[in-house]
Amino acid sequence: MILAVSSQLAPARSQMAFTLGFHIVLASLGVAFPAIMLIAHYRGLRHDDADALRLAQRWSKVTAVTVAVGAVTGTVLSFEFGLLWPAFTGRFGGVFGILFAVEGIFFFLEAIFVAIYIFGWKRLSGWAHFWTGVPIVIAGLGGAAAVVAVNSWMNQPQGFTLTGGKVTGVDPLKVIFNPAVPYEVPHMILAAYLVTGFVVASVYAVGMLRGRRDRHHRLGLLIPLTVACIATPLQFAVGDTAARSIAKDQPVKFAAMECVQRTSTDVTEYLGGRCTPDGVKGGIGIPGLDSFLVGWSTSTQVTGLDTVPPDDRPPANTMLHWAFDAMVGICSALIVLGLWFGLVWWRRRDIPRTKWFLRAVALSGAAAVAALECGWIVTEVGRQPWIVYNVMRTEDAITGASGVWVTFVATLLLYTVLGVATVLTLRAMARRWRTEDEGAAADGGGDAPYGPRPGSPPPTPAPVGGGSSGGEA
Amino acid sequence: MTSADAVAAVLWVGIAFYAVFGGADFGAGLWALFAGGGTRGRRIRELVDWAIGPVWESNHVWLIFVLVVLWTAFSAAFEAITSTLFIPLSLVALGIVLRGAGFAFHTTARGSRGRVLAQRLFGLSSLLTPFFMGTVAGAVAGGRVPVGNAAGDAVTSWLNPLSLLIGALFVATSAYLSAVFLVREARRAGVADLERAFTARALGAGLAAAAVGLAALLVLRADARPLFDRLFDQALPPVIVSALCGLGVLALLRRRSVRGARALAVGAVAALIWAWGIAQFPYLLPRTLTIAEAAAPRPTLTGVLLVFGVAIVLVLPALGLLYTLAQRDLIGDAERPEADPRRPSAPNATPGPS
Repeated sequence: MILAVSSQLAPARSQMAFTLGFHIVLASLGVAFPAIMLIAHYRGLRHDDADALRLAQRWSKVTAVTVAVGAVTGTVLSFEFGLLWPAFTGRFGGVFGILFAVEGIFFFLEAIFVAIYIFGWKRLSGWAHFWTGVPIVIAGLGGAAAVVAVNSWMNQPQGFTLTGGKVTGVDPLKVIFNPAVPYEVPHMILAAYLVTGFVVASVYAVGMLRGRRDRHHRLGLLIPLTVACIATPLQFAVGDTAARSIAKDQPVKFAAMECVQRTSTDVTEYLGGRCTPDGVKGGIGIPGLDSFLVGWSTSTQVTGLDTVPPDDRPPANTMLHWAFDAMVGICSALIVLGLWFGLVWWRRRDIPRTKWFLRAVALSGAAAVAALECGWIVTEVGRQPWIVYNVMRTEDAITGASGVWVTFVATLLLYTVLGVATVLTLRAMARRWRTEDEGAAADGGGDAPYGPRPGSPPPTPAPVGGGSSGGEA
Repeated sequence: MTSADAVAAVLWVGIAFYAVFGGADFGAGLWALFAGGGTRGRRIRELVDWAIGPVWESNHVWLIFVLVVLWTAFSAAFEAITSTLFIPLSLVALGIVLRGAGFAFHTTARGSRGRVLAQRLFGLSSLLTPFFMGTVAGAVAGGRVPVGNAAGDAVTSWLNPLSLLIGALFVATSAYLSAVFLVREARRAGVADLERAFTARALGAGLAAAAVGLAALLVLRADARPLFDRLFDQALPPVIVSALCGLGVLALLRRRSVRGARALAVGAVAALIWAWGIAQFPYLLPRTLTIAEAAAPRPTLTGVLLVFGVAIVLVLPALGLLYTLAQRDLIGDAERPEADPRRPSAPNATPGPS
């Protein structure tokens, strides 16, 4: 029995990691893409900008696909709460479940208004249609906050009483507003905006690199890139706060992130390197910096892995450390990209002319997704061996049913096909739109939503990204 | 009524909504699967696309609702069900992925071979998903899911005559409900031949569902006698309502009164779900776990009821808006199916104020 359970642990954790890692990309798009789409929509209506309107319309069709795929991968995650971790949900479902109930409302509203919005281009009036999109953005924020708060609770569990292994008391407010919420929730929401912004911008950067330098592509790059470049420095600040809070709340996780073996002051910050019980091998060491980052002074004491027995330390320490470094490194590089863009825009009201800028933006999408995945590796692997920090071990949460290896392999195959099919579908859509555009250019008009508006002069491209709150119609 | 009972009622409201809206959705996929080839098959699939395109995703949020209420308010039942019924629930999850992906891709990848493949996947998973959901319901109703982590038999708990019949009943009910809905959709689209075709399908599927239901009752009598007895005792009123609604649908369909038929079909399915719940009461897992035993601490139950109240205020009007816009053809992307090519008659579309 013990053997059977432990042999299930590896496939169960792998399946959870894989499905969550897959879903989080779609979830990020689901949270942030509607906002970016509405910025374009607002611009299109407010300034009678046919290009912006067409972008919004096409982005809504992309959203239709990503939300549908995200809805099913999200449903799979809810099943996995029972299929993989029934003992976890069986014991603590009554504690964290209320957050999912709240999320359920947001998810419902999101599904409803996404349907109304993406199917509303033909017959709803312009501004009425715009307003049906606003609940999607709010629901995305609320839903993300509720779900991430569950993860925060797993990191900082509180608000319940255990009697003989059974939950006998719950304080829902303490569960909902657990101490990790203030840094984890904004960190994930900003990540969603950052990732979506760079991913969408990178698509148009590739198009421009291939010579499609029309206004449609410029706008398609500018709107999401502006959003992402605003989110990135904020994200750096929030992430920095999060790391400092983790040093206090989950010192062992922090020690693993930074490869701190022994508790001491004046701890060296290592970039890269290999974590061994004798310290970091290789890597770039900056003496005292780790202590300084934790408490603004090199004399700050940093808790080491030696404070807990080896069984209570996170596995795969080097990978964890690299994931953390990669996340911070990518975020820093993206800030530089944003500064470059911002500076040139401020001086010339234009994007940098060099191809290297477009190449950098083209890479930024993949880089941002990599950073997102690294972040989840840090928070999830860093919490191990606990599923509920210091309360329940992951191995005690696992299903007693056999066959997780089978479902893991099946999931791997199925999601690979799903991912490929999603990308192929989106590419087919893009190709079809390009053909349409070429045809429309030959005819001298396009199929703008709400009926064509020939003759409306393209307005001068004012700074895109402002005025997104959309109050004054 | 205790707050645990109230939350159990909320859970059953969710199950009933899912059986109706999710069921109609699965059924539409079934009819698309068996639509056949040629112009007629294509027109049937167009009708299905046109009818469920804007609403299918919302229809399935009810499943999330049911899962979340179950694990939040009755975690022990959730643990028992999802661990013992690992196999059929994994297959349900597989079906959900294939179905969602199939539907998302078949509308976007028009004209390619991928479209046909996506369509097949959508259709097949519309058959398998409700079937395996039915086996899960059958396992619970038959008392084969004991409390604990995978404490029941991984195979015989759901691979038994009762579970298989309930699985078939889920499929037949979905097909029936969907056909009744599609009669109305066909009238709205002004395609008289499809309206007639789905009237025939609705009658056929209704009779099939009744036959499977009766067979399931016979097996239930031999297999889980206490539940059977309660079905004709404390659950008798909803059983009668369900049967009367079902008969009413047959009568109204013959008189071509489709809107009334739709409401009665919904009533028949919802009453059936409630009959099951009332017959089980006070058990969540018959004979091993009662609602009171499984219930979470009181603040959690209060929280769930509070959230449900908010959902009624926020979600139901939004759902109403969605269905109204869809029914009035104010939202939609797919083209309505073309009129009967063999008999070009004036479309009898009467956009009623539904």
